[in-house]
Amino acid sequence: MSDQSEALASAKATADRLVKAKRFNACLTPVRELRKALVTQAQAAHPSGVLYGMPVAVKDNICTLEFTTTCGSKILEAYRSPYEATAVAKLKAAGALIAGKTNCDEFAMGSSTEHSAYGRTLHPFDKTRVPGGSSGGSAALVAAGAVPAALGSETGGSVRQPASLCGVVGIKPTYGRVSRWGLVAFGSSLDQIGVLGRSVHDAARVLSVISGRDPKDATCEDRDPLRLPNVPESLQGFVIGIPKEYFPADLDPAVRRACDRAVRLFKELGAAVREVALPHTAYAVPTYYIVAPAEASSNLARYDGARYGPRFDGSADVRALYRTTRGEGFGPEVRRRILLGTYVLSSGYYDAYYRKAQQMRALIAQDFRNAFDRGVDLLFTPTTPSPAFKAGEKLNDPVAMYLSDIFTVTANLAGLPAISIPIGRIKGLPIGGQFIGQAFLEDEMLEAAYALERVVPATEEA
Amino acid sequence: MAGSWETVIGLETHVQLRTVSKMFCGCSTAFGAPPNTNVCPVCLGLPGALPMPNGLALQLAARAALALGCTVHPRSVLARKNYFYPDLPKGYQISQFEQPLSTEGSLSYLSPDRGLATATIQRLHVEEDAGKSLHDRFPRQTAIDLNRCGVPLIEIVTGPDFRSPQEARAYLLTLKQVLEYAGVSDCDMEKGSLRVDANVSVRRVGETALGTKTEVKNINSFAYVEKALSVERDRQIALLEAGGQVEQQTLLYDSKTNGVRPQRAKEESHDYRYFPDPDLPPLVLKEEFIAEQQALLPELPAKKRERFVEKYALSVTDAAVLTADRAVADYYEAVVHAGSGADAKVAANWVMTEVLADAKAHGDGLRVPPGALANLIGLVRGGTLSHQAAKRVFGEVADHGGEPRNVAEALGLIQVADTGVVTGWVSEVLEAHPAEVARYKSGEMKLLQFFLGQVMKLSRGKADPKLAQRVLEDKLVA
Repeated sequence: MSDQSEALASAKATADRLVKAKRFNACLTPVRELRKALVTQAQAAHPSGVLYGMPVAVKDNICTLEFTTTCGSKILEAYRSPYEATAVAKLKAAGALIAGKTNCDEFAMGSSTEHSAYGRTLHPFDKTRVPGGSSGGSAALVAAGAVPAALGSETGGSVRQPASLCGVVGIKPTYGRVSRWGLVAFGSSLDQIGVLGRSVHDAARVLSVISGRDPKDATCEDRDPLRLPNVPESLQGFVIGIPKEYFPADLDPAVRRACDRAVRLFKELGAAVREVALPHTAYAVPTYYIVAPAEASSNLARYDGARYGPRFDGSADVRALYRTTRGEGFGPEVRRRILLGTYVLSSGYYDAYYRKAQQMRALIAQDFRNAFDRGVDLLFTPTTPSPAFKAGEKLNDPVAMYLSDIFTVTANLAGLPAISIPIGRIKGLPIGGQFIGQAFLEDEMLEAAYALERVVPATEEA
Repeated sequence: MAGSWETVIGLETHVQLRTVSKMFCGCSTAFGAPPNTNVCPVCLGLPGALPMPNGLALQLAARAALALGCTVHPRSVLARKNYFYPDLPKGYQISQFEQPLSTEGSLSYLSPDRGLATATIQRLHVEEDAGKSLHDRFPRQTAIDLNRCGVPLIEIVTGPDFRSPQEARAYLLTLKQVLEYAGVSDCDMEKGSLRVDANVSVRRVGETALGTKTEVKNINSFAYVEKALSVERDRQIALLEAGGQVEQQTLLYDSKTNGVRPQRAKEESHDYRYFPDPDLPPLVLKEEFIAEQQALLPELPAKKRERFVEKYALSVTDAAVLTADRAVADYYEAVVHAGSGADAKVAANWVMTEVLADAKAHGDGLRVPPGALANLIGLVRGGTLSHQAAKRVFGEVADHGGEPRNVAEALGLIQVADTGVVTGWVSEVLEAHPAEVARYKSGEMKLLQFFLGQVMKLSRGKADPKLAQRVLEDKLVA
C-alpha cells in the first residue's frame, strides 16, 4: 500500500486555501463537498503520477464525475455528467487532484465572468473589477494562490485574456492538441481546453499531461503528448515577429510600454526581432462573431428541457417547453449569440455571412503561415488592449466587450498555439504579453515564454 | 380522364446500413431492444460528447454507391441539419449536404409499363437516424425511444424519373435486391431499415415542365408504395380537373384510411441551416479504399441474370427467379457444380419448385445442402428413383437430413429394375383387370397409362416406370 500522506496534506491545504478564496466567487463547488472530494481523490491518487498531489481546478464547462457541470448556466443547474472529460481523466491518472469547478461566463460566452448564472467572479486584486473571462474563475483562483494551475477553455481568448488581467500564465494549445471530449461545446472548430498556471512551468506540465491523441475526438490529432522543453539559457537563433496590426496608434501607452520592455528583453536574450504584417487582422473580430455564434446556435440546441436539466414549465406542448426552458434557462448574452448564429446560418444569409466568414478565416490563417514561412518563429503581441476593467463597465455594450478579445481571437481562428504571460503592471493591475506559435510547435513557444518569464519584471509598473 | 395526365415521381430512400454499432458511437444497432437501452453520451447528445465515424458504415455506404454506379468522391463533408424535435437529442442530425459522399449513378429496372428503364441516382449520402416518438404508449403524453438515434443510414435520391406508382415500386424492389446483394443492408421495411419518401406531381401528357410537387412521407411497406402514390396522384388530378391548384406541401400517408393528410404546419417549412459539422473532419476516401470497396462488391443481379441465361441456357424468366435472391442464386450454382453434377435446366426446375417452396415454408432456409440435391437429381437421372419418389426423399432430407440414397433406401423407394420382379407385378395387374385388357386389345390404347398407374400403385412407386411400360407393351401385344 502506497503512502498517500503527501497528497492528503495537499488536499487539506488546498481546501483551506479555497475557503479563503471564497470571497472571489471563483469556485462554484461548495467548500464542504470540495474538502470531501479532495480527500477521497488524495486517497486514490497514485504517488508515481507526474502531477501527484497537485490540485488543479477545472472550469465548469468541462465534465467531471466528482462535481456538477453547469457551464455557469441555469439551464444546466445541478447537472451531473455520467462521464468525465478526457483531460480530467488524464489529470487524475497523473495523480492530480480535481480542486472543484470554477466560475465562468455562461457557456464560455463572455470576457468578464459577469455572464454567469451563479454571480460574477471578483478580480483578486480589486473586487470592483472583473477577472476577465470566460475562464475568469480559473484565473482568479490561480492569481489568489488557491491552486497552482487550473483548466480553462478557449474559443476566442477565454484563457489568455483572464490570464492577462489576473497576472497569471495562460496557454491555449494548437487546435487538436488536447481532446475536446467532455468539454461542453461552444464553437467546436475553435474550442480548446487550455491551462492557467502561476508560472509557465506549472501551466506547461499540466498541458503536457492533458495533451495527446484520443479516439473519442475526431478533431484531436494523432500525436504523442507534448514534451516539455528545457528552460533555455538564451533566445539565440529565435526570430520573433512583431505584427504591426497588434500595436495600433490608439493602443494604451502603458500597454505599449510593457510590450516594448519585453521586446528589449528578447533582444538582450539574443533573439532577432522583426516587424511583420498580418493584413487581415482587422477582420478577425467580425469573423469570429459570425463563426463562433453560428456553431454555438447549433451546439446549444440540445438544451431544450426534454431530456436533462431543469424544465421551466411548458407542460402545454413541446414548443412551449422549448420556449420557456430556453427563454428562461439561457442568459441574455447566450440568447444574443444563439440569435446571431441562427441568423447567419439561415437560408439566404448563409453565403453573405457564414461562407464569407469561412473565407476570411482562411485568409487570416494564411497571414500567419506567410509570416512563419518568412523565417519568423514566433509572434509577440499584447494579450489584451487594457488591464482589468470595472465590473459593469462593458456589460451593456457587447461590442466593447467583444473588442477586449481583439488580440486573442486570431490564434483561435487560425488554430495556433498561444500563451499569455505577465509582463508588468499598469496602476497596480497586471497586463500580459502574448506569444503566438506555429501549429504543434508549443515547445518552441514555451521556450521563449520560459526565457521571458525569467527576466521580465512582471510585478513592476510598465 | 387519367389517360390525359402524366405522373412524375422521384424517390428518396433511407436505408439502414448493416453494421453492429451506430454511426458515431459504439452502441448496438440491434432491433427490438427495450427502449433507451442502446444509448450512450454520444447518441444521447449529452453535453461535451463527440461523434466518431464508424469505419464499417463508410465502407458499406461506398459499396452501395458503387453498386448503383455512383461516383464516390475522394472528399465529402458531414453537415449538421438543424431542427428541434424531442427525438433528435442534439437538436441536429449529422447528414451530408453540399458535398455528399457520392453522386450521379443509375439503376436499371424492369418497368411494368415501358420494359427496361433507367432511374438516375442523383446522390447517395450517409447520415444518422433520429430516435422515435411514441405517441400511443401513454395517454396524452409522448414517449421517446432513442435506440434508433445514431443508427447509420444512406439516403438515395433519384431524379423525377418514374411515370407511374407501379414503376416506382418496381424500382424499389430492384434497389432492395441490389443492396441486399451488395450486403450493405437487410432492407427490411418492417424493421424500418428501408424507408421511402416520394415526390409526386402530375402534368398534361406532352408537357415538359414539371407540375407542382408534393412530398409523401410515411410509406412504410412495399405493399403501400403503389397505394400511397396512386392516392396522391388521383388527388392531384382531381384537384386540377376541378380547376384547383396543387399546393406544395408535405403529406403523410395513412395506411388505415388509404389517404394522405398534410403534415402539421409546425412540422414543415424548416430552414435546416445546414453547415459543415465542426466536430468531424471532411471524409477523405483514398483511391485504394474506393477500389477495395469496388472489389468487394459481388456480381450484381442484372449481371448474374445475363450470365445464367448464357451459361446455363435458362430462359430470362427462370434466370430472374433464380437470381432474385443472392443466396438462392449461389445455391443454384452450387447444385450445378456439385461433385456428381446436375443438369442445369433440371437443377433450375428443382430449385424453382421444391427448394423455393420449402424455403418459403421454413423461413427462407435452404434446408437441403446443394450437394445432396445434386445427388438426388443424379438418382432420378440414373433411374434409381422416380421423380415422385425423389420429391419424397427431398422432403425427408429437408426435415431430417441424411444422404438421399440412404434415405431413399430406408423409405424403400429405390426403383426396381429387375425384369422378373416387374413382370410379376405386370402379370398380376393384367390378371386383375381382364375387361380393360380386352378393351385395350380392341384399340383403346390410352389404357396403357391406366395399367402403368396400377403397376406403380402395386409396386408402391418402386417399379422402374420405363421398364414397366416396356413389359406391359410386350405382354399386351402377346
